[in-house]
Amino acid sequence: MSRLAPLAIVVALLGAWELAARWDLIADALSIEPFLIPAPSDIATALWEDRELLADDAWVTLQEVVLGFGVAVIAGVLFAVPLHLSTALRQAFYPILVASQTIPIIVVAPILVVWFGFGIGPKLAIIALICFFPITVNTLDGLRSVEPDLVKMMRTLDASRWQLFRRVEAPTALPYFFSGAKIAVAVAVIGAVFGEWSGSDSGLGHLMLQASAQLLTARLFAAVVILSAFAIGLFWLLGALERRVAWWGPRGG
Amino acid sequence: MPEAPVAEPQPLSASDHAAPGGGTAVAVRALRHTYGELSVIESLDLAAAPHEVVGIIGPSGCGKTTLLELIAGLQRATAGEIVVAGEHAPRSRLASCAYMPQRDLLLPWLPAIDNAALALRNRGRRRAAARRAAAPLFERFGLAGFELARPGELSGGMRQRVAFLRTLLAGKPVLLLDEPFGGLDAITRAEMQEWLAGALDAEPRTVVLVTHDVEEALYLCDRVAVLSARPARVVAELTSPDPRATPRTEAVTAAEFSARRERAMRALIEGMR
Repeated sequence: MSRLAPLAIVVALLGAWELAARWDLIADALSIEPFLIPAPSDIATALWEDRELLADDAWVTLQEVVLGFGVAVIAGVLFAVPLHLSTALRQAFYPILVASQTIPIIVVAPILVVWFGFGIGPKLAIIALICFFPITVNTLDGLRSVEPDLVKMMRTLDASRWQLFRRVEAPTALPYFFSGAKIAVAVAVIGAVFGEWSGSDSGLGHLMLQASAQLLTARLFAAVVILSAFAIGLFWLLGALERRVAWWGPRGG
Repeated sequence: MPEAPVAEPQPLSASDHAAPGGGTAVAVRALRHTYGELSVIESLDLAAAPHEVVGIIGPSGCGKTTLLELIAGLQRATAGEIVVAGEHAPRSRLASCAYMPQRDLLLPWLPAIDNAALALRNRGRRRAAARRAAAPLFERFGLAGFELARPGELSGGMRQRVAFLRTLLAGKPVLLLDEPFGGLDAITRAEMQEWLAGALDAEPRTVVLVTHDVEEALYLCDRVAVLSARPARVVAELTSPDPRATPRTEAVTAAEFSARRERAMRALIEGMR
């Protein structure tokens, strides 16, 4: 029974929204036209009727998200490991990494389009730019969370620096890496939309811009539903992968 | 990066671990150590003959762990001389010592036998070969059937046994044990002391055992050095005529044992002044 409770809550919320939209309660409260507030059933209808249009754009966006996230994972680990191994590098580059997160993406995105063109390039750059950070920070924290006693013990067990990294530090950091990756994958979807807004001829972000201009609110929300489904699905996939390959959890569970 | 050079792990038989010349395996002379202004160890002398089990007891925070790390070459002493198996240089001492910290620090992602065989893997042995080398010890030391258990599935006592086997399998002549049973409950601790006594009789090593448990030190060690409060120096030495006798309960309740325990306690209290 308790397993049905979350479902019941979601159904109840959707039902309340449906009724509020059907009876124009929200539109009246906001003093706007009722067609601007789509009911869940309108969104479902849009999802079904526009399915071919949505599927094409969704496929483009999904590719951007997955590839951009992949670039972020590689970049995140490539930053974290040297920063862990060298105090000088860490002190030099950590502030720069933090500073990279203050870049106002929306403003910079058009420049990236100028640099990389209308293709997938600027989207990957934007997604990677906002996604590598939680991965780097979490992985670095994980690498540094190894207990000093464990390091001493490994040294008396004749471990080289590389063996210490491979046998102790990397497995310790793996659950931390996944924490960062799960945060990253959720924001990767937003990154893709930003990228498409600043210049593209396809993708859900592009579709949302057009739907918004044409006041096709149901289609707009349908795109949001698909984006959310991507984030939830990728998040879940990462969680499943984590349970398989990093089941010991942070600090050895 | 390359793996560490493949060195043949030293065999586990007792006779191969005698120090050159058969004199002392561990010698500490006029050792002094300070952390900044804080003097931790002051003119400390200590020696252990090959295969001797030397206990170190002292008040909390008196520098016992520091002493072990200095012997192992994990830290550099401020002054004084430390010789382990004829070697003076910290790096060479590190090659002769295996350190067992208070917490078992087993790697949760490795099964028990891979944890125990960690040193063999570090020396370049393949997993199968390392496991083959570790398996007989699991049989002999009450861990048969738990080779592939994850550390999280083992009891505290079992984990400590695996941690000790890991130290033993390092194949080092000198074992430095830092309160190995400090985290265990009283009953498990008593069991583990008896177990360690058996293990050391089967696989003799030079052992420096740090503990704050007077009874544990007197039962397990050939000789016990009592340290003063910081800065630490040796204020008394007690010799056990018949250490590691079984059954343990009988050994530690003998009148003669009680008398030594009282002497040790008195020395501890003296040393705190």
